Amino acid sequence: MAVTEASPAGASHAHEGTYSGGLLSWITTVDHKRIGVMYGVSAFFFFLVGGLEALLIRLQLGSPENTLIDPDLYNQLFTMHGTTMVFLAIMPLSAAFFNFIVPLQIGARDVAFPRLNAFSFWVFFLGALFMNASFLFGGAPDAGWFGYANLTSTQYSPGMRVDFWVIGLLVLGVSSIAAALNFIVTIINLRCEGMTFMRMPLFTWMTLITSFLLVMAFPAITVGLVLLMFDRMFGTLFFNPLAGGDVLLWQHLFWIFGHPEVYILLLPGLGIISEVIPVFSRKPLFGYAFVVYSGILIAFLGFGVWAHHMFAVGLGPVANTVFSAATMLIAIPTGVKIFNWIATLWGGSLRMKTPLYFALGFIAMFIIGGLSGIMHSSAPSDLQQTDTYFIVAHIHYVLFGGVMFALFAGMYYWIPLVTGRMLSERLGKLHFWIMLISFNVTFFPQHFLGLHGMPRRTFTYESGLGFEVMNLMSTVGSMLLGASMLVFIWNVLRMFRKGEPAGDNPWEGSTLEWSIASPPPHYNFRVLPRVSGRDPLWAEDTSAAAPGDDPSVPEPHMPGPSYYPFVTSVGIIVMAGGGLTLTLPVVFLGVALILFGIYGWALQPLEH
Amino acid sequence: MSHTQEHAHPSNRTYVLVAAILGVITAVEVGVFYVEALKPVLVPILLALSAAKFTLVVGFFMHLKFDSKLYRALFVGPFVVAVAVMLAMFLIYGVFGG
Amino acid sequence: MSQTDAAAMEMHSATGQPNRKILMWAFIGSECMLFGSLIIVYMVYRGKSLVGPYPEELLNIPFITVTTFVLLMSSLMMVLALSAVQRGDMKWGKIWLFMTALLGLVFLGGQVYEFSHFVHEGLTLKTNLFGGSFYLLTGTHGAHVAVGVIWLLSLVFLAQRGRLTQANAETVEIAGLYWHFVDVVWIVLFTLIYLLV
Repeated sequence: MAVTEASPAGASHAHEGTYSGGLLSWITTVDHKRIGVMYGVSAFFFFLVGGLEALLIRLQLGSPENTLIDPDLYNQLFTMHGTTMVFLAIMPLSAAFFNFIVPLQIGARDVAFPRLNAFSFWVFFLGALFMNASFLFGGAPDAGWFGYANLTSTQYSPGMRVDFWVIGLLVLGVSSIAAALNFIVTIINLRCEGMTFMRMPLFTWMTLITSFLLVMAFPAITVGLVLLMFDRMFGTLFFNPLAGGDVLLWQHLFWIFGHPEVYILLLPGLGIISEVIPVFSRKPLFGYAFVVYSGILIAFLGFGVWAHHMFAVGLGPVANTVFSAATMLIAIPTGVKIFNWIATLWGGSLRMKTPLYFALGFIAMFIIGGLSGIMHSSAPSDLQQTDTYFIVAHIHYVLFGGVMFALFAGMYYWIPLVTGRMLSERLGKLHFWIMLISFNVTFFPQHFLGLHGMPRRTFTYESGLGFEVMNLMSTVGSMLLGASMLVFIWNVLRMFRKGEPAGDNPWEGSTLEWSIASPPPHYNFRVLPRVSGRDPLWAEDTSAAAPGDDPSVPEPHMPGPSYYPFVTSVGIIVMAGGGLTLTLPVVFLGVALILFGIYGWALQPLEH
Repeated sequence: MSHTQEHAHPSNRTYVLVAAILGVITAVEVGVFYVEALKPVLVPILLALSAAKFTLVVGFFMHLKFDSKLYRALFVGPFVVAVAVMLAMFLIYGVFGG
Repeated sequence: MSQTDAAAMEMHSATGQPNRKILMWAFIGSECMLFGSLIIVYMVYRGKSLVGPYPEELLNIPFITVTTFVLLMSSLMMVLALSAVQRGDMKWGKIWLFMTALLGLVFLGGQVYEFSHFVHEGLTLKTNLFGGSFYLLTGTHGAHVAVGVIWLLSLVFLAQRGRLTQANAETVEIAGLYWHFVDVVWIVLFTLIYLLV
């Protein structure tokens, strides 16, 4: 490949300086790469926390009438497992990729608003700590990750547990919307010369679509959360049936957000798969335009199917039919994508590296999850399955078998770019096989458990119902699944000691992030690239797309560090703490910090 | 900041005219509200008048009529989704007197 | 605010449009869903209150028509401010900006009066569903107006100190987009809450 010739001995080009500096430099950094690394590390940490919660749940369910965990702790564990995995693990892991990869893929030096980006991260991170601090103050939220009214009312959920959940999610919403707006502007406006929309890498496309979903979906849950907060703190009657309040309104608002949220979790994964498969098949993605448009279509339809989470509440035959039909429609664009990936693999010269393993695992698991999804898109069928382990099996096939496999594909694919070193293929494949097998051992039996009538969100089951064997299988599988993460962690730690230098383009990728050193210099591109096609590094002439890091060209000026984003996000958390305890002086302190941060931020020039 | 006015923005005269129309429509809205004879068609009339004001402010004051198509897409996309979700909820809850 | 992010980073703009303006329009898109959801709550709970006071007993159409008119005229001040700043006429730019903020304050004053009157009549957040949904919807809008007023006064202050000039017309334009959108939301709320009572 022309690229590898253009910059030989990549290791010598590596810019270790990208990550050097003390704690303060990380707190004040506005570099999208460092922010991406911080997102990745903290999200992976919360992924482990959520995983440990899941393992405790599985230990409790390993045998009938088990008393390892009492019902109260069990409720906290499954609530925090769901909340953590959705908001503190998968979304920020995707955000890690958005941050690190998207500016590089579009040939930009940073995101459009570097300080807003730092702000998004710190609000997420402090909000995540805030939410988990509940464990230390009287117990964690325990009303489920969907927080159905009126279980969340002060009557049924006294104390601060649900308040932690409500305020924590409001805070995380600020982070998500700020980040999404930033990426919308970045992708629309910072594409390098020649990169038209229809030449953008698929991962960038899916990031753009996900960002639009975020800014449109989060307001709905924000309103729901504010209603709930008012009910709990100021005694409003929104979800109080005795005063005419409608508990289903919460479900509507939650799922108007919640269903697009499913695609917020999924689409980045679909983007990663659409990058990995062509690179390891050595041919361009089959039907690029179809994959793009089906992504857009999935996003649009995603706003019209929320009530399929509510078939059992009695919306009536007309509403159920309409939402059933709309849900079934989503199978079409999703199927289109799967066919396109398979057609890309077809006839390609496959290089069986770890990222491709995970991508193939993703396709298989995601198809299983998709098929069980179509089963309960039909309202009558859903009535049999809703609130059972069948749904638990489905969501895990989609979110773990689907999204997490895709995110691991992305990690194996891009970590060499981030660190400049290769992960071990041997350990990577070991990780893949343990994860694939143990994942299926854990979750496949849950389909049958559900069809046999085992309800979800219940801390135990009686013996003699025929649930024992499959639950034990599931528990054993989950322990193995946890062990597979140790293999991954070992692989990453090993990489720092003896990982081989990655060079500039270890996978011979086609997109711009591979045209520069690994890890990239802090300014990314000394000379901004110019592209004239979809796979710029696979073109005949790559000189414009990969102008190289010519030392004779002066280093570009980059925005200076700033502590205002951090101060502003601390202000938000202080305000949240004040709201939680209804202490007005603390709220005012938070507001003062926010105002100080915003004015300092607005008046501080970007370079200094 | 170097970008110049690429799009012809309306003149101050136009702005004042638009504001006057907005004022008149508001007066008409309130007037219609008090006319007993129009009660049966009050809802469609008021919604139409409100939509007209909405369009005038967004089109002229926010320059959407004259500005880059990009902004139109950024606004109309989420707006259509928001209206669609609202209509669906109104239908589910029978807000239109169902 | 002397430099935009794009200028400082020598970024190239793929669309020829400024970053911050794209940001504001995308944010407005998000706000459509926010107010849309709040309107859903208000409309779903319309007529569902079990006890009074009910909206038809409280809402004062002539009064709110006046404040609505004030808010509409503030939008006119805003476009005049932008057009003055774009011409480089900072004197009138400042005056119109200040007038916009002032009319915004008048609107807020009207809202404070209205709210305290309603509370006096026995309608609080906790009274019935109308109370909760009305205060939440109009209060959220009022909070947006308040943020806008603070923003506009900050711009007047910067202009006074010479830190906001013709070169920063974009800054004024973006504040204006926000302001007009808040006005547009009120156009919808005025009809839905007061006229379709």
